[in-house]
Amino acid sequence: MKRARLGPWIAVILGAIYFLVPLIATFEFSLRVRRNQYSFDAYANVLGDPHFQASFLYSTLIAFATIVVGVMLVVPTAYWVQLRLPKLRPVIEFITLLPLVVPAIVIVFGYLRIYNSSSWLPLTGSPASTNVLLVFGYVTLALPYLYRSVDTGLRTIDVRTLTEAAESLGARWPRILFTIIFPNVRVAIIGGAFLTFAIVIGEFTFAALLDRPAFGPYLQLVGANRAYEPAALSIIAFAITWACMGLIQIFGRDRRTGVAARP
Amino acid sequence: MEQPLEALALPTAQPSRPLRRLPTMPLAWLGVVPFFVFALMFLLLPTLFLIAGAFQDPDGHFTLQNLRDLLAPNIISAYWISIEISAASALGGAFFGALLAAAVVLNGLPGWLRPTLMTFSGVASNFAGLPLAFAFLATLGRMGLVTVLLSSLLGFNLYRTGFNILSFWGLTITYLYFQIPLMVLILTPALDGLKKEWREASQTLGATPWQYWRMIAFPVLWPSLLGTTLLLFANSFGAVATAYGLTGSTLNIVTILLYAQIRGDVLHNQNLGYALALGMIVITGLSNVAYIVLRTRSERWLK
Repeated sequence: MKRARLGPWIAVILGAIYFLVPLIATFEFSLRVRRNQYSFDAYANVLGDPHFQASFLYSTLIAFATIVVGVMLVVPTAYWVQLRLPKLRPVIEFITLLPLVVPAIVIVFGYLRIYNSSSWLPLTGSPASTNVLLVFGYVTLALPYLYRSVDTGLRTIDVRTLTEAAESLGARWPRILFTIIFPNVRVAIIGGAFLTFAIVIGEFTFAALLDRPAFGPYLQLVGANRAYEPAALSIIAFAITWACMGLIQIFGRDRRTGVAARP
Repeated sequence: MEQPLEALALPTAQPSRPLRRLPTMPLAWLGVVPFFVFALMFLLLPTLFLIAGAFQDPDGHFTLQNLRDLLAPNIISAYWISIEISAASALGGAFFGALLAAAVVLNGLPGWLRPTLMTFSGVASNFAGLPLAFAFLATLGRMGLVTVLLSSLLGFNLYRTGFNILSFWGLTITYLYFQIPLMVLILTPALDGLKKEWREASQTLGATPWQYWRMIAFPVLWPSLLGTTLLLFANSFGAVATAYGLTGSTLNIVTILLYAQIRGDVLHNQNLGYALALGMIVITGLSNVAYIVLRTRSERWLK
């Protein structure tokens, strides 16, 4: 293209300013705890705070549970639909897109009404069952991304031939799922898993309204009560998001070599 | 990946044995029962419960009064501010996102810019909620770096101009931080779908670049552009945490109002709360349905 290069450069530079300045400003702000001198005190305060450690651990565990439940729900369903019930695909796709249509705050509002302690299934009655409800809620939030990722992964392999080959060798359903289908969509699962982790780790609405001691409500508490620590937490959260996306890319690259190695 | 392939490579003693038939069709639906039970319990029923509740009075009788009560001034204004902020951040995100995507995809900028922008967009589009709110408070808040630098270097007091990070513009600028990257991520494949041959053919026929854009590229792109804008709209309309982190409960937008209603029944009417939720579903639902329709239209050209 021979047209003037000035316009695109201006767009890129303005974009870089808009996206980098808040990061720089946040970092600078997080260093201001001491008067007239930059320090990492805010980070030390945050990382040393037992509430930080507890809430971060809690959210990490919830994120892992979400990934396990989500994968166990999505992979067999997507596999089965592709193999046996292709006519159901539009219905399933529509359902998996619904969490983008119904805002999270509305979904959790419904939970609080249906599963309250005086209902037929009082999931919010005890902390343990509320944790379960939180995990299921997060699976719902992750559904659009997880399903898409796995479904795309399944389309790149020949599900029918793999299944028939396994069956002719005498494999049964659990074995087909766990030793053939799962490893073949491993990359898609890992990609979906990291995205799920990035969504769950700082999630606020579900955790706050279900009253769970997660990282999101902790962030809110610190934001309301401290001056510089929120900025430090913001930088930490950005680093976590970056790590998740970076890992998706690394494993995504793995995929190409994996595909190429297949005969 | 090696494991199953090795399994396949095993010599098999009975190659000509007919395949054991999979479970017959009438039972095949059993395989999707867990999914449908899950969707019903944790997605459909909770939503339907609220929708049904919106049409009932406290005693459970059918009524349209809750929907009429949505017209109360404070509720209408909450919806309206939400719609304004979502529309402004969606249009802004679409415009600047499209510019950025076009700059990187179409014009011979250095090759490393594109993967950098795509990776960064992946991160920034997921960098939302409270951490994003904190970042913008540290940037454009009263003590934020940009605010302080503007006043100490240029003597320009941002807050004297009426700007406030806890306001319409503050929220819109903050939302753009995840809206622009989302636009970049979704629009880039569409821009890649513009085939070189189309441009070359139009040039051969004597078209100017402007004519190429107006008569070929734009008509192909507009469903993506409009559709993505609608998705961005729904995306910011349902956002809670960013707004809550920035403004606490000072800004009267509909998600914050619903949050307060769930916490403490501030409307003093449970069923009005359900109607509030129903209104949100209708608004995000309309924009998402339009997005999906436009998406299918645009995919016709981009295969």
